[in-house]
Amino acid sequence: MTTGTRRARIAVHKFSSCDGCQLAFLNLGEPLLTLAETVDILHFAEAGPIDEEAEVDIAFVEGSVATSQDAARLRGIRERSRYLVTIGACATAGGIQALRNLHDADEWVSGVYAQPEHIDLLADSTPIAETVKVDLELWGCPVSGEQVLGATKAMLAGHLPRVDHSAVCMECKRQQAVCVMVSQGRPCMGPVTSTGCGAICPRWQRDCYACYGPAVQANVSALATHLADTGMPADEVARRLLFINGHAEPFRAEGLDWQARVITRQGSEEEQG
Amino acid sequence: MSHTTRTGEIHVPILARVEGEGALDIRIAAGRIEALKLRIFEPPRLFEKLLEGRSTQDVIDSVARICGICPVAYQMSAVAAIESILGVTPSPWVEAMRRVMYCGEWLQSHSLHIHLLAAPDFLGYDSAPAMAKDHPDEVRRGLRLQGLGNEIIRTFGGRSVHPVGLCPGGFFHAPDAATMQRLREQLAKGLEEARELIAWTAGLPIPEDDQDFVSVSLRHPRDYPITAGRIVSDQGLDIDPADFEQRFREFQVPHSTALHAQLDGHPYLVGPLARLNNNLDRLPADLRQLLDDCGVAFPSRNMFHSIVARAVEIHVALAEALRLTEDYEPAAEPRVEVPTRAGVGFGCTEAPRGILWHRYALDDEARVVEAQIVPPTSQNQARMEEDLVTSLTRFGLERDDDALRLHGEMVIRNYDPCISCATHFLDFHVVRK
Ligand code: SF4
Ligand code: SF4
Repeated sequence: MTTGTRRARIAVHKFSSCDGCQLAFLNLGEPLLTLAETVDILHFAEAGPIDEEAEVDIAFVEGSVATSQDAARLRGIRERSRYLVTIGACATAGGIQALRNLHDADEWVSGVYAQPEHIDLLADSTPIAETVKVDLELWGCPVSGEQVLGATKAMLAGHLPRVDHSAVCMECKRQQAVCVMVSQGRPCMGPVTSTGCGAICPRWQRDCYACYGPAVQANVSALATHLADTGMPADEVARRLLFINGHAEPFRAEGLDWQARVITRQGSEEEQG
Repeated sequence: MSHTTRTGEIHVPILARVEGEGALDIRIAAGRIEALKLRIFEPPRLFEKLLEGRSTQDVIDSVARICGICPVAYQMSAVAAIESILGVTPSPWVEAMRRVMYCGEWLQSHSLHIHLLAAPDFLGYDSAPAMAKDHPDEVRRGLRLQGLGNEIIRTFGGRSVHPVGLCPGGFFHAPDAATMQRLREQLAKGLEEARELIAWTAGLPIPEDDQDFVSVSLRHPRDYPITAGRIVSDQGLDIDPADFEQRFREFQVPHSTALHAQLDGHPYLVGPLARLNNNLDRLPADLRQLLDDCGVAFPSRNMFHSIVARAVEIHVALAEALRLTEDYEPAAEPRVEVPTRAGVGFGCTEAPRGILWHRYALDDEARVVEAQIVPPTSQNQARMEEDLVTSLTRFGLERDDDALRLHGEMVIRNYDPCISCATHFLDFHVVRK
């Protein structure tokens, strides 16, 4: 991508987020200084440079679309960027804040603010790709340094990287981690969650909670049924699915389905009572 | 327009080198600041609502996502509140290792702030990579300390941003002895670098700017406060975290999506400077000596000394992590079983940016009925506005917009405001008529 005449230009933009994905850059250590020497970082508010209007080769976008201003700002970024890359669950799937999409957002705002009229917040928190075309999605809450650095290097070499979306289970097998579902009966989301984290949770003797989003060909309904068969109440099954990547399909549809079962059951109990 | 009667508006649209999004608007009329607003427009993510109905483990995994820079602090305040409701006392091993993990976050967050966000101000650079060209050793030392903090968190939580190791009752996983040994070797090297760092920050060209403010922090009977203590001030406040709401009040102002807070109706300061001012007698003797020799007198009324306070706390964090892991052995069982039961509980710990207060009400299945979270940046907002009025007036309102903007940003950065936390900042406007 570096033409003979100039260095590649990079921007890091923020929307509604925790800033944790930008830290994938700021926590790089030495490679951050090397990167700053090889490319021009034109906009990265948290690190210093501010030029939101800059034309760039790669725009990394953290955060979800959440206010009335966001869509217009995002379209501008898209127009001025050759590659647009989403970093993290917020940008790629709406983030944990997309849980409000399933509720009455106005009611939530007035639950926190005495004067909700001063708060500019859309009813839904949505992924970047619902507003503009995205060239590459990096999943994870948060994304890691290896993910952002690997993607940057590939794009600087002129191609988009291929991202492995096989299940966390495959990674556990590669790392010879003991299966927490089999050995401890934990409700692990590993079978339906995309790899990329290095199977951190199973290696830490706990269940995966799907922070890297859905795996390819994830059989979410089979896993949900299995969890219910082992005694998990329907509302808990729904909460497992509707969490950090709850706005991403097929987690969303399956989660809503299990939520509906709770409501139906409560309804029928009332009829009996 | 004469200098003494300057009138106009300054607007800083996006604050650089702060975490999150905000802006500063100033209106100057007849040579004095008529209005000053620190606008935080980071959209709220409504965590307190999305926690409702969730399990206690979900709370720990969720609240981390309020802030990428201080996820451990959120998890620790939450787990303290949850365990108090469930009537669980974690083992001494768990208590000690949580403190070590928390030290990792102080180290990471303070080092990032000193080197990537604050020091470029004092030395006249617009970013750390720019500063690294002239001060390569200092920046690299900072990145190493930051990396070391991340390594501590990773040791207990698998990764440094949104670690996965903490649960009600303890940890999911105890690091093995060999891993800890390797970590300790690095920490020992870091301690030496922390000494140099204190001297370096104390030698920076720091402006003189003494002000009146109330320092609020935790205070612990024995230790420098991190994971527990009573809430105290240098004006005699001394309360249990459960009584927070009797003295502190959160309220909304129209220009900010982050709530403001006041203590008995007045602004106050939380964070490293307040903590150090209130807890000098909790520093180890050798560090106290080091501090006495560095030429900066504490307690300090100069907000710009926050950078020195951060360096001191980096030393505290490293020394504590080394002390607590001296005879390290992995716990056979790193957690105790927790019952489910209903109740209301409070957790207050010292996040890198100051006290972080949580309150939860749980139902009898230990699911969240109600959550309330008061982050440090919200608490500092009123103090920041007060400081900006004083500092900019002293700096000289007759100076041009760029100079005022830069000085304003520098004042704000001292507080290391974390806007993502606060909304659960900065666009700069000056209006001169
Ligand atoms: S995806 Fe997760 S880590 Fe990244 S910004 Fe969103 S909440 Fe933070
Ligand atoms: S195992 Fe699952 S929850 Fe844990 S870090 Fe990986 S994707 Fe995220």
